[in-house]
Amino acid sequence: MKKIEKAKLNDLLARLAEASTLYLPVRKGGKVNFAKWTKDEEYCADELKTVKSAKDVFFPQSENIVSFKRESSKITILPKELPTDRTVIFGVRACDAKSFDILDSVFMSEPADSFYTARRNSAVIITTACSTPEETCFCGVFGIDPANPGADIQTWFVGEELFWEALSEKGKALTEELSDMLSDADEKEVEDEKSRISEITKQLPLNGLSLENFGGDKTNELFDAAQWEKLSQSCIGCGTCTFVCPTCQCYDIRDYDTGNDIRRYRCWDSCMYSDFTMCAHGTNRPTQLQRFRQRFMHKLVYFPANNNGEFSCVGCGRCVSSCPISMNIAKVIKSFGGDNK
Amino acid sequence: MSCTCNHGENADKLVPVRAVVTEIRTETPDVKTFRVVGIDGSNCFDHMPGQCAMLTVPGVGEAMFSITSSPTETEYKDFSIKRCGLLTDYLHTMEPGQEIGIRGPFGKPFPVDTVFKGKDLIFIAGGIGLAPLHSVINYCRANRDNYGKIDILYGSRSADDLVDFDEIKNEWEKEDGINVYLTIDREQEGWDGHVGFVPSYLKEIGFKPDANRIAVLCGPPIMIKFVLQGLIEMGFDKTQVYTTLELKMKCGIGKCGRCNIGSKYVCKDGPVFRCDEIDELPDEY
Repeated sequence: MKKIEKAKLNDLLARLAEASTLYLPVRKGGKVNFAKWTKDEEYCADELKTVKSAKDVFFPQSENIVSFKRESSKITILPKELPTDRTVIFGVRACDAKSFDILDSVFMSEPADSFYTARRNSAVIITTACSTPEETCFCGVFGIDPANPGADIQTWFVGEELFWEALSEKGKALTEELSDMLSDADEKEVEDEKSRISEITKQLPLNGLSLENFGGDKTNELFDAAQWEKLSQSCIGCGTCTFVCPTCQCYDIRDYDTGNDIRRYRCWDSCMYSDFTMCAHGTNRPTQLQRFRQRFMHKLVYFPANNNGEFSCVGCGRCVSSCPISMNIAKVIKSFGGDNK
Repeated sequence: MSCTCNHGENADKLVPVRAVVTEIRTETPDVKTFRVVGIDGSNCFDHMPGQCAMLTVPGVGEAMFSITSSPTETEYKDFSIKRCGLLTDYLHTMEPGQEIGIRGPFGKPFPVDTVFKGKDLIFIAGGIGLAPLHSVINYCRANRDNYGKIDILYGSRSADDLVDFDEIKNEWEKEDGINVYLTIDREQEGWDGHVGFVPSYLKEIGFKPDANRIAVLCGPPIMIKFVLQGLIEMGFDKTQVYTTLELKMKCGIGKCGRCNIGSKYVCKDGPVFRCDEIDELPDEY
């Protein structure tokens, strides 16, 4: 266990930013999100949850994947070079850290997405324990412990100090690079902090949700259930839940003509949108009920069927706080008998 | 300038390679067959019957098409494409010599070298649904000894809408061991063949539900539904019936999420499915 005074944290971040591209929660336009950090910006260490998850460090909201030139009947194809610079993400919460494992099983399964894989392989993830989990948090339902956030390095803010524990080889190597700035620390204070966090999580209203009615073998039982109609009734199909979700990974591919060349870009998309599955002969999900059901069935049934029972939700609660009609995955779980409280 | 042809092993699956459309054949008022060859004269990539490829027109877009030619035609790939959207409208305006992008192959093929081997095969297609079956039929013709009797039931709205009509008349119909049944929806001057929908013609023909028979279907969903029903009534088991599904696709590798039905992705777990496998999927295709 290592530690650094909070007052010296900016020096450590500056060092990280010199040797890597450093992402951490910063405030822009009144909203805190993960962004490239520069010395003039303030690290919003107290912000429990960024508006969007940390996923766009590896899976950007929009990115060019190839460009083309067209000259009469000839075309030129210019693949985009893969990012190789070391990236450090600092201040990732336990839920977002777990979401990377879930995204890995999508993007890094064969055939791997080389853009995601390149970013993922060159990144060191530094997590920070949640000192004040909120009532919208239910990561515990998915076996996530906000007091032990994991990843390459995990940290805790306790009093005027940041405690630092390297877990992976990557994390240990980075810690070694910073050894002159970190001092040895006693684990006692961190243990006390963990206990304090655990006491809070025990009292969270959504942390008792039960997933026993969901899983990879539940397609037939759940697909035609009567609940979907009521649950989806007010959904306006805005897609906010999918955009703030750390595990939603559906994307679109489109071309944009700049006048000079044609850029083919990949951008986030949403299964909640009516044109998501629209093709020349129509769409196979013409109603919002079908689209709504698809999102939750995917997270709670289809994804577990393909991934050894693992659910595609980390209980971050972003959808709980951002849905304009107050519908969310916690309510879906409850309506199928998952409310244990 | 950087490489403009094949991008080597490290290229992402989402990045197409250059190819050229060498021939364009008008099949029907709204279907053309495009012959595609790699920019270096190669065949772009190997495929098996039932697999698909993404075709790109830069600035217009990209879409998934079934490969119409058989893998035994090793010099090129053919794509029979119906004009029905932005990209296909553009493809239909192209002239031979135009370069496009291609990537693939995607999806699981028909089990032509395993399950189909030694079997009598019944192919049932409607309209542009012949496109993916054309690849299987010609593969079986090229490896004729591996298969038993071949029956082909093909229908379209009108005589003018029958795809590959010349090849059917001049090659398929003339081969021993191949029976071709053509039908059109409505009476038409100059047509002395069968008139009526594919499912009702199927009943008239009345194929025997021999355990050694496999049926392969492709066509509009309504045709598939009634043909499958007809086959079951005749005594066929769903495990003897194969079809190929079509849904919106963007990536082709089971990641973009569009063609997800239940725990399957049509682009990578399909597009070929056995009909009893389809029964296990939620009714959303």
